[in-house]
Amino acid sequence: MRIDPQQDYFALFGLPRRFELDGAALESAFHNLQAEVHPDRHAHLPEAEQRRAMQWATWVNEAFRTLRKPLPRAIYLLELAGVDAGLETNTAMSPAFLMEQMEWREAVEEARAAGEADELEHLRQRLVHHGREMLAGLTEAFDRRGDLDAAAESVRRMMFIEKLQEEIDDALEALES
Amino acid sequence: MALLQIAEPGMSTEPHRHRLAAGIDLGTTNSLVASVRNGIAVCLADEEGRTMLPSVVRYLADGGIVVGRTARAEQVSDPRNTIVSVKRFMGRGLKDVTHVESSPYDFVDAPGMVRLRTVQGIKSPVEVSAEVLKVLRDRAEAALGGELAGVVITVPAYFDDAQRQATKDAAKLAGLNVLRLLNEPTAAAVAYGLDNASEGIYAVYDLGGGTFDLSILKLSRGVFEVLSTNGDAALGGDDFDHRLFCWILDQADIEPPSSEDARRLQMKAREAKELLTVSEEAPIHVRLGSGEEVNLTITRAQFEEMTAHLVRKTLAPMRKALRDADLTPEDVKGVVMVGGATRMPRIQRSVAEFFGQEPLTNLDPDKVVALGAAIQANALAGNRKDEDDWLLLDVIPLSLGLETMGGLTEKIVPRNSTLPIARAQEFTTFKDGQTAMAFHVVQGERELVADCRSLARFELRGIPPMAAGAARIRVTFQVDADGLLSVSAREMSSRVEASVLVKPSYGLTDEEIAGMLREGVDRAGDDMLLRALREQQVEADRLLEATAQALAKDGDLLDDAERAAVGQAVESLREARNGTDHRLVKQRIDALARATDEFAARRMDRGVRSALAGHKVDEIEL
Repeated sequence: MRIDPQQDYFALFGLPRRFELDGAALESAFHNLQAEVHPDRHAHLPEAEQRRAMQWATWVNEAFRTLRKPLPRAIYLLELAGVDAGLETNTAMSPAFLMEQMEWREAVEEARAAGEADELEHLRQRLVHHGREMLAGLTEAFDRRGDLDAAAESVRRMMFIEKLQEEIDDALEALES
Repeated sequence: MALLQIAEPGMSTEPHRHRLAAGIDLGTTNSLVASVRNGIAVCLADEEGRTMLPSVVRYLADGGIVVGRTARAEQVSDPRNTIVSVKRFMGRGLKDVTHVESSPYDFVDAPGMVRLRTVQGIKSPVEVSAEVLKVLRDRAEAALGGELAGVVITVPAYFDDAQRQATKDAAKLAGLNVLRLLNEPTAAAVAYGLDNASEGIYAVYDLGGGTFDLSILKLSRGVFEVLSTNGDAALGGDDFDHRLFCWILDQADIEPPSSEDARRLQMKAREAKELLTVSEEAPIHVRLGSGEEVNLTITRAQFEEMTAHLVRKTLAPMRKALRDADLTPEDVKGVVMVGGATRMPRIQRSVAEFFGQEPLTNLDPDKVVALGAAIQANALAGNRKDEDDWLLLDVIPLSLGLETMGGLTEKIVPRNSTLPIARAQEFTTFKDGQTAMAFHVVQGERELVADCRSLARFELRGIPPMAAGAARIRVTFQVDADGLLSVSAREMSSRVEASVLVKPSYGLTDEEIAGMLREGVDRAGDDMLLRALREQQVEADRLLEATAQALAKDGDLLDDAERAAVGQAVESLREARNGTDHRLVKQRIDALARATDEFAARRMDRGVRSALAGHKVDEIEL
């Protein structure tokens, strides 16, 4: 079977198509490919080759960005499997999860209003930890049980967490400037 | 047949012909040019053996232009026509310029970029910078004994699109072929990393005369990967001088000073600041234009107290950059200090405190950027040797987006994305039968468009009339390896295609650049024409050589007819190249480039295929 790397970033980097991924292998494959296609390697060549180099390097960067972090990787895996993660349409969450989210949000809001950078940092660390726990569940759903619906549900939850983390970052930046 | 002609004498096909290349650090206070000679990067000196060229340009009434030390010496007697720290005005409107009230210039507020009225008329910061670049170009060509095939010019990592474009325009005006705009901290990391064979996470703290950058890099097996960058494009050593200058005015009870006195006091402030780096106190003796004398003494402790807020201002970007890279100060293996302002003891202490380690200062903080740029220029010009197997991966410092309803920004390209990057977003019409759509491109992190930098406005016309919400308008942002943006928009749902490319409104238009170039030609007469011809000839030789090499290596990718077509384009370029019409040479260069376009595509595919080991590769779509 011939693989068309245009269709599959995993194949592009020579990695198995699964959620759990060897970060070092990904990085080294990324570096090897960029060493070949990066515009800096073609700067002395005619314009057409420079243009082509930019397109390739752009694409390799996009592939790396997609696979490097767990959340975009999970969304991409669902996409490959033809499963709509329902990021925009399916916002129905369990009441327990929503309650938990509200508590997080209140804590962030309180710390922001009080201008407590240390507290925000602390919340951020807890959130990062929480996100890591969810990753274990995602690995289980994707790679061991092959339960894509459960994976999609986890992805939607992780989107909430990511959004919250961004809010904390924004609050921290606002406090620092 | 064609192949035989290509191999004819008179055309070099040696694989390692050395091309002259240089790295230029176009600084706020000083500029330098460096080049790799005998495998080692060195800063090139003027006749008196000095490598640093003060970035000062003086316009004389008789039409002459003086650059450097001589110009700097005259800044007190002729402040209005002697431009210092012009980098602060690059790509900036009047409202963005700090300390306007104490600047001796006659500012002219122009759309896009501020201008300066001088005895030689109104000058754009781009033109002023081009004068500095020309001196460095001449210095390099004299030292290297030939014309430069290309240069790498460094810019602050935190420069936005308009500032980068302005820098590139200045290079164009100075007749330089820019191989790449390179971020200053990245250049420093290259010089440092290759010198020390470093591995791991490094931070580069770069406080120049007018800009502050903080970059976090990961160095591994010859790859310099920028993880994040942050900074302040309007914070530098100049601000420390300014603080001290204000203190002198206050202490000596000087009413708003004359332009001459202002320059005099600013120079004294700078001298005192530099003295305080090595000594605990500094005397300030100045005789004002009125004959009145100022006699003050400042201690290091006083100076550090009055500038503490400036040092603190560099802390927030450090924290942000680490957060964006998901790192903590403990993850950082070494901190490289760049820029003359990092010599201040208070800065060194504060950086050491933040990272919990002494910063690295074993490379000259004034030269390290130029040296890194020279190493990069050498590689980009095609002089790379097998042992130079290193690669730079840099990022975009500030997010790019579009204005949406209610004056809000929709981010399209997030900051710290690895370059090059392309991102597309779809929009739709909101009225029935709508045939045009306006776009406003902005750069910055803030939610409100008003708080971001406006880069360009453009309109997509010719959308076929459809019901509201039926049109699919795809807007694509492409940022190249120089960090420069181009935007295009296209209606997708119909067969009608309309597409538009934009240039930042903060840069100069192509017509303005052309006008400035013409002005130069008028002044210098035949010299400029000759120069233009020689530039095109260098470009022609480069292309002919590259084509010959490509044919020798991958000629089998073309059939006989294709090879004949390329051969013909080669022949007519060579003919034009030996003539005297630089426009014709340019035309034929473009023609050959077009004729080899498909060949280039096939060659690239072959290269990538070998890297991918057997995977099928189709043309990619962006």
